Amino acid sequence: MNDAGVVGREAAADLSSAAALPAAIELRNINKSFGPVHANRDISLRIEKGSIHGIIGENGAGKSTLMSILYGFYQADSGEIFVDGTQQTIRSPDDAIAAGIGMVHQHFMLVDTFTILENVILGAEGGALLADGLDKAREELARLQREYELEVDPDALVGDIPVGIQQRVEILKALLRGAETLILDEPTGVLTPQEADHLFRILASLRDQGKTIVLITHKLREIMAITQNVTVMRQGRVAANVRTADTSTEQLAELMVGRKVLLRVDKKPATPTDVVLNVDGLRVVDGLGVERVKRVGFNVRAGEIVGIAGVAGNGQSELMEALAGIHRPTAGTIQIGDAQLTPTSFVDARDMREKGLGHVPEDRHRMGLVMPFEANESAILGYHYDRAYNGRILMSRHKIVERTAKLMHDYDVRPDNPHLPSANFSGGNQQKLVVAREMEQNPDLLLVGQPTRGVDIGAIEFIHRRLIEMRDAGKAVLLVSVELDEIMSLADRILVMFDGYIVGEVAQADANEGMLGLMMAGVDPAKQQEAVA
Amino acid sequence: MEQFTFFILMLDATARVSVPLILASMAGLFAERSGVVDISLEGKMLGAAFAAASVAWLTGSAWMGLGAGIVASVLLALLHGWASITHNGNQVVSGVAINILVAGLTVVLGISFFRQGGRTPQLAREERFLPLEWPGAQALADVPILGQLYSELLSGHNILVYIAFLIVPLTWWVVYRTRFGLRLRAVGENPEAVDTAGISVAAMRYRAMVLAGVLCGIAGTYLSTAQSAAFIKDMSAGKGFIALAALIFGKWRPKTTLLACLLFGFLEAASARLQGAFNVENASGAMAEFLKGLPFLIDALPFILVVLLLAGFVGTAVAPKASGIPYVKER
Repeated sequence: MNDAGVVGREAAADLSSAAALPAAIELRNINKSFGPVHANRDISLRIEKGSIHGIIGENGAGKSTLMSILYGFYQADSGEIFVDGTQQTIRSPDDAIAAGIGMVHQHFMLVDTFTILENVILGAEGGALLADGLDKAREELARLQREYELEVDPDALVGDIPVGIQQRVEILKALLRGAETLILDEPTGVLTPQEADHLFRILASLRDQGKTIVLITHKLREIMAITQNVTVMRQGRVAANVRTADTSTEQLAELMVGRKVLLRVDKKPATPTDVVLNVDGLRVVDGLGVERVKRVGFNVRAGEIVGIAGVAGNGQSELMEALAGIHRPTAGTIQIGDAQLTPTSFVDARDMREKGLGHVPEDRHRMGLVMPFEANESAILGYHYDRAYNGRILMSRHKIVERTAKLMHDYDVRPDNPHLPSANFSGGNQQKLVVAREMEQNPDLLLVGQPTRGVDIGAIEFIHRRLIEMRDAGKAVLLVSVELDEIMSLADRILVMFDGYIVGEVAQADANEGMLGLMMAGVDPAKQQEAVA
Repeated sequence: MEQFTFFILMLDATARVSVPLILASMAGLFAERSGVVDISLEGKMLGAAFAAASVAWLTGSAWMGLGAGIVASVLLALLHGWASITHNGNQVVSGVAINILVAGLTVVLGISFFRQGGRTPQLAREERFLPLEWPGAQALADVPILGQLYSELLSGHNILVYIAFLIVPLTWWVVYRTRFGLRLRAVGENPEAVDTAGISVAAMRYRAMVLAGVLCGIAGTYLSTAQSAAFIKDMSAGKGFIALAALIFGKWRPKTTLLACLLFGFLEAASARLQGAFNVENASGAMAEFLKGLPFLIDALPFILVVLLLAGFVGTAVAPKASGIPYVKER
């Protein structure tokens, strides 16, 4: 990342000379509404040719809508788009591609059962028969690979290659279609830090060859490291257009949220006491018969936060589900408090809760809430049998609503209306509702999965503070997150998962991103250092 | 020698009963590879059989019958597309509805047009697709083995049989070697990828529907104007479902699906051959019951095999990923 950063600032210095040229993309007064929601309001921005332009904003700020308009998925209600100084009407992705705009989506648009080559030519086959197109694409790929550090094996099946390479395939796809402007939507969400660095090197070399890059992200660090200009969006509007060199992370964060935010988590050193959770030799096999958790052992003590880092899909989800009593392990023991559980004595999620476990699931839409339920119903899920919510025979709606109103007040859930359907809350407020529900049961051990995924900065700050308070109150917290920053700032001890194994453990004080990143990629940093020496 | 003759005759019968299975399963292959589950193969075949027999009788031309069969089947396919592609309906429900609709409609229309209890009038020779005699077949019939192979197995089928067997390599070529095929396979696996590549998902799926319609049209025409000489109520007799089973058994690939069709065709031919072939009197109680039941067991084998396959006992069958899921753009 440092390399890319240096390159970025150098190029920013001579940006002023490019200002006379027509912009690669210019948007003027773009408006777009979905029903009552005004997703984009009077958006105007200018993306200089041959630059990397960042677009930053919280979830729901309208970044994705704007890019979807540029790529032809949506039509703007009003406003104009200029590409290379000429006005364009972009009605479909086809038009966008013809105008030289390529897009790398957050969720890759690849066909798993196709080879890289087949994926690359899909939609640009160059004739009714495939043979010619495939041969030409193979040559083109070889050329692009030489130019931009974009090595791929054209005959590998996309389903078999790691996400980092899949992303390269997406970039190649766009380049092969003659894209001059490349839009990347949250490109580093699924990458290890090393893969992200490699991506940034690729982007820098693309820029140096005269391509224009638009980087959509919510990670301030990435903006600072690689962009020349940045547009900050807030609530569907452009909050600012600034040169990256003239701004700072703090200023950008403030522009994004609209108020001052505390980016660092303040906390005292942990004072761990008794072991609350002890896991030994745990193995979990998923529904397809693949072993996802392999001989995992670790413990969590009262008064500490243990973080599990790793790239998504390396067994963290299955580990969480086994611990929460949702998925039966095939071997190993889980000791929680005084209860010792083995695959034969395994219990269900309700029993686990009664043994003192709280669980904030990774995916709040799928497991945390029932979207069409009113907030008060969602707020008692999993505890609905509790005396506190029931009369003698029927559930007590009155007690439930009263309780929910209190949770909403204490955890600052907005709007604080217990009768609103769960789906009507923003991501951050939904998450606060789930966190409130689980924390207020006062569990000895709290399992937290991706607590801030799709959550705005304000809510992230709040949730992080609550997790620390919980730790300081002498509870054990097990945090699973793919956001390395989150793990590094919250966890007192960090475990790294790769391919189902726990490949390393580091104390917070000794942790750095490079080392964790290597572990997340399955490389043992100690061994690598030996090799270098 | 006699055994060889028997063997040739069995193969010949297998080829004949496999034809509708092959055509319908290739139709299903196009539909399902595009991401549309097609339960309505049965209904399309039945509708085509009725239209073909009626028009062949009215016009006196088998070829006009074929045209009518294809048109009827394509219309039904478009109906399925309209429900499941344009309106994102449940594809299984739409397919079942078409099957029920056609089963009833053919009989009602048949009674009102021809007043023969739902049948269509018996077709004359020139209104049907008749066996084509290959040159020299008569002369070679007495040459052992090769001659028999030539005169019995290769020669003496109607044109639709040869078309069916040519359709398979053609399907393979289209699916794996053409732009259309690449897009077809992509749209059944990940329609979003196709959409973002600037290709219309709906248009691709409609094209697949039309192809499925054409192939089912030929299959239905074969039933009523080649294999038989009239349309008879419910004459497709579950062949659409067996074709679907063959498609799954063949893992949605042309060559393996052809083999599955031939296997199921062979079972059907064997079952027909075995009905009443055993001398039940000589066998003791339980054995006699078993022998009597054997042909029915063989009839059920295709479905048993598919269940075993889906349960994971005979390899694995992975359907096109987007099959059965309407494509709704959301962003």
